[in-house]
Amino acid sequence: MGKDALKRTSLYASGASPVNLLQARFYNEDCLVYDLEDSVPLAEKDAARHLVYNLIKYQRPAGKYVIVRVNGIYSEYIDEDLEAAVRCRPDAIRIPKVEYAKEVKRIDERISEIEEAAGIEHGSIELWCNIESYLGVLNAQEIATASERVVALALGAEDFTASMRSTRTKAGAEIFYARNAVLMACRFAGVEAVDAVFSDINDVEGLKNDVALTKNLGFDGKTVVHPRQIDVVNAAFTPSAKEIRYAKRVLEAVEEGKREHKGAVTLDGGMIDKPMELRARTTLAQAKAAGIEM
Amino acid sequence: MEIKKTASAGTLESSDVMVTVSPNPEGGLKVSIDSPVLALYEEQMRKAVTDAAADAGVKDAEIALNDHGAIDCVIRARVMAALCRGAEEAYDWAKEDKEA
Repeated sequence: MGKDALKRTSLYASGASPVNLLQARFYNEDCLVYDLEDSVPLAEKDAARHLVYNLIKYQRPAGKYVIVRVNGIYSEYIDEDLEAAVRCRPDAIRIPKVEYAKEVKRIDERISEIEEAAGIEHGSIELWCNIESYLGVLNAQEIATASERVVALALGAEDFTASMRSTRTKAGAEIFYARNAVLMACRFAGVEAVDAVFSDINDVEGLKNDVALTKNLGFDGKTVVHPRQIDVVNAAFTPSAKEIRYAKRVLEAVEEGKREHKGAVTLDGGMIDKPMELRARTTLAQAKAAGIEM
Repeated sequence: MEIKKTASAGTLESSDVMVTVSPNPEGGLKVSIDSPVLALYEEQMRKAVTDAAADAGVKDAEIALNDHGAIDCVIRARVMAALCRGAEEAYDWAKEDKEA
């Protein structure tokens, strides 16, 4: 689907379960993550690899950004995971627990080798790096810029808080710094920032509060663990009619100012500065990507 | 790939298939299928099995399917996994590169 694909929600589907993998395509998530890692028992790693490979190759869901989450960089499964994952040609491979740029470079090189052997266009497989430890957060900037394949960093809050010896709470004060650090690294590198999951799938109000914070901080999307979370998160990342109207008025005022060679432009009595213009353009780009007619 | 022992892959859950492979002393592929949709899809299911066996390079094996509504690519994946387990070998993912 490419770099312009919407990435508001990414839903994990376990590579151990055909029914889980097949049903996931019928929900409204933007990104479907075929998981070979945490959701797959050790004894089923080989079978999950075959399942994910064949499902993507022969039953790829239309209109979704397809991701394979491989096993850890230092696991015994990573080599074969990459061999299979690259050859079924997902949009991206999601690497868990990334902590250093050199790890991304090593994966990048291996993917390049497989792409060449398989006759796949060089660089066509993108990378998402999961940031799931204090080391990952500290090195987020170098990770985000380690390879041109990297298009997104995704914060993993459970493992991060474990590495920090913090207590995970719904309010999320313990991940506030990590969220901002990952976000700044993403903005520096020009890649997408994907927020951590909200784990309580029965707490819809809690999810709404959490995703409102996620959006206000500046994230581009959020990982979800259950289909019932998808519509709430998609709605939060889709500009409202009021936001779209305001963004259009901001840009119209900016254009009018240019035509009339004005140094400063105002709207409703307030001055429009460059950041406001940038936010308006982002709002309209998000609306357009979400398929809203304007 | 030579099947050395009896091995299985898959589950009895909906949309899945339990595949059991074992050596076939008589030679060739012997495929048996138990499925609620056998009357409708037997030919298609057999093709998924024999294609997977051919791709894995297996010529001699008994392959038994206990199907619970798996689609072709799931059958293919489960047969591949069971064959690799029965042969005690990793799948050659680069096989298609060589054929291309």
